[in-house]
Amino acid sequence: MACSVIKGISGPVVTAGGSGFFMMEMVYVGRSRLIGEVIGLSGGVSTIQVYEETEGLSLGEPVEGTGAPMSIMLGPGIMNNIFDGIERPLSELEKIDGAFISRGSKVSLLPEDKKWETKVIPQVGDYLYGGDIIAEVHETDSVTHRSLVPPDVSGEVIRTAPDGYYTITEPVVTLRTPSGEEKELFLAHRWPIRTPRPVKERLPMTVPLITGQRIIDTLFPVAKGGTAAVPGGFGTGKTMTQHQLAKWCDADIIIYVGCGERGNEMSQVLDEFSSLIDPRTNRPMTERTCLIANTSNMPVAAREASIYTGITLAEYYRDMGYHVAIMADSTSRWAEALREISGRLEEMPAEEGFPAYLPSRLSEFYERAGRTVSFGGKEGSVTIIGAVSPQGSDFSEPVTQNTKRFVRTFWALDKSLAYARHYPAINWILSYSEYGVDLEDWFDAHGGDRFLEYKRRVSHLLGEEDRLMEIVKLIGADVLPDDQKLILETSAVIRQGFLQQNAFHKDDTYVPLEKQRRMMEVILHLHDGAAKLISSAVPISQIKRLGLFEKLNRMKYDIPNDDLTKFDEYIREIDEALEKVR
Amino acid sequence: MIIDYKGATEISGPLLVLKRIPGIKNEEMAEIRTDSGTVRQGRVVQMDEERTVIQIFEGTAGISLDNTKTRFLGHPIELPLSREMLGRVFDGAGRPADGKGMVYSGVRRSINGLPINPVSRTYPRNYICTGISSIDVMITLIRGQKLPIFSGSGMSHNELAAQIARQARLAGEDDTNFCIIFAAMGVKNDVAEYFRRSFASSGASGRVVMFRNLASDPIVERILTPRCALTAAEYLAYEENMHVLVIMTDMTSYAEALREFSSSKGEIPGRKGFPGYLYSDLASLFERAGIVRGRQGSVTQLPILTMPGDDITHPVPDLTGYITEGQIVLDRALGMNGIYPPVSVLPSLSRLMKDGIGQGFTREDHSALSGQLFACYAKVMEARSLASVIGEEELSEDDKKYLEFGRLFERRILAQRPDEYRSMETSLDLCWEVLSALPRNELARIEDEILDKYYKG
Repeated sequence: MACSVIKGISGPVVTAGGSGFFMMEMVYVGRSRLIGEVIGLSGGVSTIQVYEETEGLSLGEPVEGTGAPMSIMLGPGIMNNIFDGIERPLSELEKIDGAFISRGSKVSLLPEDKKWETKVIPQVGDYLYGGDIIAEVHETDSVTHRSLVPPDVSGEVIRTAPDGYYTITEPVVTLRTPSGEEKELFLAHRWPIRTPRPVKERLPMTVPLITGQRIIDTLFPVAKGGTAAVPGGFGTGKTMTQHQLAKWCDADIIIYVGCGERGNEMSQVLDEFSSLIDPRTNRPMTERTCLIANTSNMPVAAREASIYTGITLAEYYRDMGYHVAIMADSTSRWAEALREISGRLEEMPAEEGFPAYLPSRLSEFYERAGRTVSFGGKEGSVTIIGAVSPQGSDFSEPVTQNTKRFVRTFWALDKSLAYARHYPAINWILSYSEYGVDLEDWFDAHGGDRFLEYKRRVSHLLGEEDRLMEIVKLIGADVLPDDQKLILETSAVIRQGFLQQNAFHKDDTYVPLEKQRRMMEVILHLHDGAAKLISSAVPISQIKRLGLFEKLNRMKYDIPNDDLTKFDEYIREIDEALEKVR
Repeated sequence: MIIDYKGATEISGPLLVLKRIPGIKNEEMAEIRTDSGTVRQGRVVQMDEERTVIQIFEGTAGISLDNTKTRFLGHPIELPLSREMLGRVFDGAGRPADGKGMVYSGVRRSINGLPINPVSRTYPRNYICTGISSIDVMITLIRGQKLPIFSGSGMSHNELAAQIARQARLAGEDDTNFCIIFAAMGVKNDVAEYFRRSFASSGASGRVVMFRNLASDPIVERILTPRCALTAAEYLAYEENMHVLVIMTDMTSYAEALREFSSSKGEIPGRKGFPGYLYSDLASLFERAGIVRGRQGSVTQLPILTMPGDDITHPVPDLTGYITEGQIVLDRALGMNGIYPPVSVLPSLSRLMKDGIGQGFTREDHSALSGQLFACYAKVMEARSLASVIGEEELSEDDKKYLEFGRLFERRILAQRPDEYRSMETSLDLCWEVLSALPRNELARIEDEILDKYYKG
């Protein structure tokens, strides 16, 4: 391996002499062997970003190449675990360093001494290609781990181990590759984080990711394998939205990347997820979750890597045939890490000091989402949900603008909604989903009777309200005719009773699609009934006095998720009450 | 290893440039002696093939290229730590400034600290009662939280911070293990003096540690001040088992010092000339708040920053808001109407309060009550803006009730005397009294059970 010495140090960037390294090679820096990555080579000088604090390094200390690009281990032990930005397990680091992370601590990325219950799949004589399954491992009670042939390996099986208990360092299958070499395969393999894992085929986005969040599922759905961005100033509930999706969306696997965010937030996730039960498996949520926590005070270069580590883990589980959702909170911190390192390299800045390659890096990341068929023939998906923290809450800043170009669902969080404690504070005028048309067939088949019609009418009413509010702001609501006042009343119910959703309420935190549909149905039923009365000259004040609007505002709490027949009572009650007015 | 070096090749702003010296460590501490015998301190900030760059804390005035002797001490900047620091005053770089001599202790720590491993954190769950209704009810401060005050020049943030420092109490515990660390960065002499007097008059001096970098003190020391304060805080919290409240003012001066220093190093500036690493740098301070699992104490931060031009989108408040767990925003218009403390509740937020209030902590109605107050006060704002267009007379009956509620809310809940302590119970009851000015059917966010018990309309 190439070897050299440190020639210069500036913050997290170190220069070393000598050639022999290659771009993106992982290196060990200094006597305490800090992990770094080669990010520039010129005229006998190698530029290295160091993933740990550089305090205490001296000139002349050794830099040692590893001969491999920055890569992580993929194998059992990822679920129900928490890693830093370069997949070092934080609980192992805690055992070595205590509560504060120090430098140069060496830990194995995945547990090496744990024996996994393993079922070996192939037979001697089978011919395996990259992506084929070599073994099924009981990873957690919720997740069966399928160990895969690394994508760049193929060959004929010449030996297999019997079913039993194995660690990730014991070979389970041996292949003879086309070049005649013998190749041992293990439960885990390495993969470079900056290289997307190859797939056989990309499928169209025709299945939605159901989240149980009303405004998302009905108005702005995201497809399995799709991309979504959640931009919002501080305090608008980005993290809260991400947490809700991580808890309730119907993906099989959740990868949660806390990229440059708060430490207390990560401990909250750990706290909450371990006490929550996944309604589909009746097992703790943590069993299908992997956390990557590179908080804002941890080294900035590892923050830059954490996004790639997360997406690589997601792709790995996708290749096993799982639907994976990755939450990246927040991509702006990642972009800032790029800017910080770019500044240390004295590169020419583009917009707002961000490097000129910001858009291409963002697009590379979001393009790793998708619904695919792996080389092993398994259908899976990676859905990316990225939070964006715009500087000064200004959506015209470079990270938001560039993200907008590469995602197809945009949930714009709104400060004024958050100030009024309307959560989720997703603005229904500024947000959009381009998956609407792609998903129509699915909703027709699975959404229940007239789901799409209700959805269109709800968005139409909200649009009308927005237009009317322009007038109301100038002259007050009193001058409007009664049919327009009714639009305001119904929209208010849609906003408060339907779009607003209480994450802390036991029923309201997750609402099944059918309940969402019936809620819309009841609201629109009242609207139509009231509209009929108004057209026969009944004043709206008389209808308002019935208290029906207030009742619908509270139906999200009053109707339990498991007893939807109550909606029929609501419809009957509305009919009877309106009948009396007539 | 101690290394001595004579002479220098370049001086620029607070930076002293020497030739390449083998064996020096990054971030190592250095002492610079001039011919006149004065000693200054500095630290290594950059090294390459030709140069070693040292940042001098006290400024470079009086240093020439050949009269300097530099001694490298072989370790980063350290602070001696002991419980004896309580009641003492230090300068911005952690040297005693009250004439009472050095702190002697076997414990010395690098002021840069180390990041807390996220798995070693305990999620903060218990509140600190500040005795101020608006904060306790609507923006509850939680132990281990970092909650900044966003203010502007001429507003009463200093009074508010001093009041919080005087009144803050731990819920359900005695105060013997509660202490305050006060870090003043680039503050005016009389502001520092105001805080000193305020602590002394309330008899709190004995549980306060002050780190003081005045407006006229060197900017490089200003960069060290919060680090010294937080190193002391971590020691008192995690080794002396104390609950520490760290008040840091003014973070804007700190960030400006960082900008000045960055530009003297010739770094590429980001937004408004602030260095690109401002976020990471602020985070390395704010993230030192928290509770470590298995230890008794906690570090709670209350940083104060003045928003230049009252602009909340300025990089310093903006980045701060993204790191901290909420913010308390002060409002100039409220202040001008004679309301103290002028807390603008709508943009204010405490992210951690949802898990630190309610049954078992404060009272079962707290969460619903505060949510309802926020929603109602947001409606007050809508009604007011409508009234300013069409006149109050033309408003609907409901809107008029909201205007009345708004007046009561500001006069009775927000407004409070600077020496007035309201217990949590008192504040909650007061809020119910004011909320009862609205008809019951407007309070859709509160469950019937709670309304039956507390609603007085």
